[in-house]
Amino acid sequence: MTQSMLIQRFIGEPGGLLKALHALQNSNTNNFLSPQDLELVSGAFGVPLAKVWGVATFYSLYSTIPRGRYIIRVCESAPCHVVGAHNILTALAKNLNICTGETTADGKFTLEVTSCLGICGVAPAIMINDTVHGNLTPESLASVLALYN
Amino acid sequence: MLIDVTIDNVCVQVPTGSSLLQAAEKAGIKIPTLCYHPDQSLKAVCRVCVVEIEGQRLLQPACTYPVFQGMQVRTNSPSVREARQTIVELMLSSHPQDCLKCPRNLNCELQSLTQQLNITQSPFPTLPREYQSDSSTFSLIRNPNKCLNCRRCVEACLDVQEIGILYSTGRGKQTIVGTALGQDLNELPCVFCGQCLQACPVGAITEVDETERVWEAIADPRKHVLVQTAPAIRVALGEEFGMPAGAIVTGKLVAALRRLGFDRIYDTDFTADLTIIEEGNELLERLQHGGTLPMITSCSPGWIKFIEHTFPDLLPHLSTCKSPQQMFGALAKTYYAKKVAIDPQDIVVVSIMPCTAKKFEAERPDMRSSGFKDVDIVLTTRELARMLKQSGIQWNDLKEDTYDTPLGISTGAGAIFGATGGVMEAALRTVYEVVTGQELEDIDFKSVRGMDGIKEAQVELGGNVIRVGVAHGLKQARKLMEDIASGTSPYHFIEIMCCPGGCIGGGGQPIPTTNATRQRRIAATYQVDKEMPVRKSHQNEAVSTLYEEFLKRPLGFKSHELLHTHYTKR
Amino acid sequence: MFYRSHVLVCTGSNCNIKGCQGITEALRRELTRLSLEQEVRLVETGCLGLCEHGPALVVYPEGVMYVRLTAADVAEVAEEHLLKGRLVPRLLQPTATVDSGYSLNMSPFFSKQKRIVLKNCGLINPDSIEDYVHADGYIALATTLDTKTPTDVIDVIKKSGLRGRGGAGFPAGRKWEFTRWATGSPKYLICNADEGEPGTFKDRLILEGDPHLILEGMIIAAYAIGATKGIIYIRGEYDLSIRRMEHAIAEARKLGLLGQNILGSELEFDVEVCAGAGAYVCGEETALIESIEGNRGEPRFKPPYPAQQGLWGKPTCVNNVETLANIPAILQHGAEWYQQIGTANSPGTKVFTLTGNIINSGLIEVPMGITLREVIYEIGGGIPEGRSFKMAQTGGTSGGCLAEEHLDIPMDYDSLAGHGSSLGSGALLVMDDSHCIIDLTKCFLKFFVHESCGQCTPCREGTPALYSIIDKLSRGLATESDMRLLKRLSRTMQSSSLCALGQTAPVPVLSALVHFNEEVEAHFKGDCPTCKCHTARGGRQSAN
Ligand SMILES: Cc1cc2nc3c(=O)[nH]c(=O)nc-3n(C[C@H](O)[C@H](O)[C@H](O)COP(=O)(O)O)c2cc1C
Ligand code: SF4
Ligand code: SF4
Ligand code: SF4
Ligand code: FES
Repeated sequence: MTQSMLIQRFIGEPGGLLKALHALQNSNTNNFLSPQDLELVSGAFGVPLAKVWGVATFYSLYSTIPRGRYIIRVCESAPCHVVGAHNILTALAKNLNICTGETTADGKFTLEVTSCLGICGVAPAIMINDTVHGNLTPESLASVLALYN
Repeated sequence: MLIDVTIDNVCVQVPTGSSLLQAAEKAGIKIPTLCYHPDQSLKAVCRVCVVEIEGQRLLQPACTYPVFQGMQVRTNSPSVREARQTIVELMLSSHPQDCLKCPRNLNCELQSLTQQLNITQSPFPTLPREYQSDSSTFSLIRNPNKCLNCRRCVEACLDVQEIGILYSTGRGKQTIVGTALGQDLNELPCVFCGQCLQACPVGAITEVDETERVWEAIADPRKHVLVQTAPAIRVALGEEFGMPAGAIVTGKLVAALRRLGFDRIYDTDFTADLTIIEEGNELLERLQHGGTLPMITSCSPGWIKFIEHTFPDLLPHLSTCKSPQQMFGALAKTYYAKKVAIDPQDIVVVSIMPCTAKKFEAERPDMRSSGFKDVDIVLTTRELARMLKQSGIQWNDLKEDTYDTPLGISTGAGAIFGATGGVMEAALRTVYEVVTGQELEDIDFKSVRGMDGIKEAQVELGGNVIRVGVAHGLKQARKLMEDIASGTSPYHFIEIMCCPGGCIGGGGQPIPTTNATRQRRIAATYQVDKEMPVRKSHQNEAVSTLYEEFLKRPLGFKSHELLHTHYTKR
Repeated sequence: MFYRSHVLVCTGSNCNIKGCQGITEALRRELTRLSLEQEVRLVETGCLGLCEHGPALVVYPEGVMYVRLTAADVAEVAEEHLLKGRLVPRLLQPTATVDSGYSLNMSPFFSKQKRIVLKNCGLINPDSIEDYVHADGYIALATTLDTKTPTDVIDVIKKSGLRGRGGAGFPAGRKWEFTRWATGSPKYLICNADEGEPGTFKDRLILEGDPHLILEGMIIAAYAIGATKGIIYIRGEYDLSIRRMEHAIAEARKLGLLGQNILGSELEFDVEVCAGAGAYVCGEETALIESIEGNRGEPRFKPPYPAQQGLWGKPTCVNNVETLANIPAILQHGAEWYQQIGTANSPGTKVFTLTGNIINSGLIEVPMGITLREVIYEIGGGIPEGRSFKMAQTGGTSGGCLAEEHLDIPMDYDSLAGHGSSLGSGALLVMDDSHCIIDLTKCFLKFFVHESCGQCTPCREGTPALYSIIDKLSRGLATESDMRLLKRLSRTMQSSSLCALGQTAPVPVLSALVHFNEEVEAHFKGDCPTCKCHTARGGRQSAN
């Protein structure tokens, strides 16, 4: 399916523009919204490119820079904070040898921090793409990351 | 229905649906505002205008809050004063306060606010921003570091001009008005009209300042410096010196330019008359020989850039006539140079324009038909005012002066080029008489005047009915273009001005330019016309002489070489 | 078919995270091995609430819950309990013992709860509309359509005293009335499932555990206010919720519960799902509307209110998931029944999510008016690792920080408001004495700096300014005038921000200053009692 067919069905729907951006980002191998993607949405929805850009840069689930195959998102809100989210972030950064916002050299992982993911029942928690991993300790991270090998 | 509202113990009656801001004005209180703009939708984002309403826990923005019967309002209570002050201090916390270097110094809404609220510094930790300033164009400089996120420019670009170059981007502290993908303006279909600049309360968008280059040229003894003034300058420049909007200052303008040291003071109205002759003949040519219709005027460079980007397939509809500014430049370095026997290389043409896009127009590669750059430097009305202020010339003391001949001779038809509908009216005055050979009795085409978005008229020309349409502001222009594209346009001839109100409302005019000031400048423009002894372009003797001595005939070889141009798809 | 036992396995996101998939498969294998398929029915269900202890399963009719299971444990449970009828004490939920009572209903975690909204969560298969109907689902809708006019419905809801569960606590009946009488068509009903409040995951678990309950509530609401179009705006991260809800909508359409002539009546109503894209502020109702319209999620100024001019300028009613989930029960049992639960000004139950330093973190539903102490110590099981209680924050990040002396405050809208906090979305964050209040405050502020929509000056510029003053304090560098400035800034943000995000961002800071004054003073002098902050006198630098 071409990119423009992918978003066709969202035109005129409630929340359609956001859905189109989601669909394009998901189908992009670098997990981001490329300038071409944004232009496509601008044309299809009849919305100025600057506005599409404004929307894409407003929501944190969208990225306008290329990312790795797996996006690791570490919650840094209070519920995770008080049970040691910071240690998880530090351990992840060390383990992957990247800083927050960066992508590993092999293009596999991108490390991001995020506000609460609604999985505080098992805090500290992270999401890797759509999968949640909870009750983490710095020690248990290695086995979680190993799942993505 | 009228509603009773008490504001700071003063009772006023206002119509239902009024905002608190309007009610307060009636009570003799000007509530400070920032994101509020009289011609725009309400935004309520700056929060400077908050006031206390009895019975409400929170302060409310006066700009949006609707009045209700029996409302009790306090606009200067301790909590209002504290909030207002804190909000302005917060604005300052991320604002580079380099007023001394800022083009908006002394005409800045943030400055006025700090002055009104007696704020001398912000107690907040300064969190400076480090955005790149965009000086990629010949017209505008955008410095996001000064932006207060009021979004007035966004509305000007998106809703008035319907282009949408600027939009809010990012979130939280990173929120800033910017462009798609953070691109520079010269990479975008920005038309450089400067309506964003007109809307901006501060110095976040400014014109490219060329005053220094003019000072240099004037000071250079080898240079013969000509200045031309656009029709819209004489009804606006006075505002820069405290005169009311719509003051007619033609005589003082000429006197001031002479005092600055220009060698000749000429008038773009002269080439406006010339434009009518060329363009009128082009129209007749197209009408008679089945050329592309409707024909569209081409004197507004923002408009030209817009159609090149947005409707490239409609370019054949554009008149090939250059704008009056460029016709002037081309003639100055050919006809005039020869006449006064000065090497065109030593002639500097400066134009005073109400427009930021004119700076870009002068740089277009096709604007060198004299063999030199036809127009060397373009100043906006504001830049000219800046030079006058620098020079210490006392505006009030200036004695009126008159334009030099021959390129300063013009008619009322040239003068009305500055207002929306003016080019059309001037053209009709001439075309009618040329075609019918009869004198036009009522030369005032009132139906094409005024601030309505789209205006139209019909004239009978020797048995044929000619339909004309006028649009100003690119949102309106787009509508007419869409009709042409879909084959439903009823017109033969269309005038389009990029800026609302025409050139008198251009991006280079004194700030503020609102619809109210536009109205006044328009009225003044027609007053200028009315007071002119000659009011039809084809009766401009200097223009006739020009044809006899130099151009020979309209649309002739020389005209094509010097006065006509072509357009590029972008 | 008659089953001797039902085994419910939690497949809520939290348990999914912990590997309930493996549990289900193991159990299915065991049932086959022991030839119990005809006797024991395996039900994959929504969250049971004890997320901390997942993966979990419950055996009915005994109501025995086994927690923290591995695949090997499952074999033991099957062999011992299901085959031989003997408990497996080692795997029982933490507060139950063989002697003190093992049934769910006897354990304080469940006995203190009153489940209206969560009544089916954990008991039915959320992907089966039949299960929902078996549990008396859609009965309230059918009888309402049969016996009540829309105004009757509004009257019942008004009388029940139900207040919005999304944070502001606005009376639901009145909001419906405004929308009903507003002019304009079509009218929209929006279910707010954006749930971005840190520490809140109740809406997600309701969506995942009992999607039809929300649909039923929405259809009744639509009938009452005259809405023909419904939208459920679900947080973009809530993948499973979105899938379950879309499935439920499809099922409901098939049975004629959505679309035209619902249940043979005149009622026309359909529902669509919209997904968010990661912006806390989109939970604010007008920002949510902007987001649905495809814009940046920036709150609108009010008035006009959504009931007058909402989605696409039409009358719109926005209700929280939990608010809507209360509707069927109220109509089924009556306003009087509902009013008897909870307190006079805050009738009914409230779903809370327990997070932080607490033994039973997870999801609970309790009558309004229960005390913090009961929730934390009896239901929540107290503070882990032998530490002691230091602070509880109700209402999410914009709620107040409460100290030991507040433990006996009843949890209802007005009592909490009286102590500078709020019920908010039902988040309850507990912090033990090893943590620093200033460090925590910084964490809150960081959230607001990031999540402010950036539209209005007090919030866009104010949140980072607040953060930098608190940061200074945490370093022991704050001056008297900084503290005065902090208060002035807070007052301005509260009074003048455009939406409740900016208006409430200073709340946790101000309450911390009051309720933990000693600790603040210590920082002021350059000391961090818990050594979390990098103060002038040394100590550890925290993440922020
Ligand atoms: C910043 C902010 C975030 C909010 N987030 C949510 C949310 O996630 N879910 C919700 O139901 N309401 C949220 N609200 C409250 C909504 O604006 C609105 O009051 C609510 O959805 C109304 O539903 P109710 O009357 O049923 O409570 C939020 C409000 C603010 C100011
Ligand atoms: S924008 Fe105004 S306040 Fe800012 S530097 Fe310029 S003159 Fe000064
Ligand atoms: S650039 Fe000027 S007009 Fe535009 S948002 Fe910023 S301050 Fe306002
Ligand atoms: S208070 Fe904050 S979130 Fe709300 S409108 Fe203002 S900037 Fe946006
Ligand atoms: S002028 Fe009212 S909020 Fe900006």
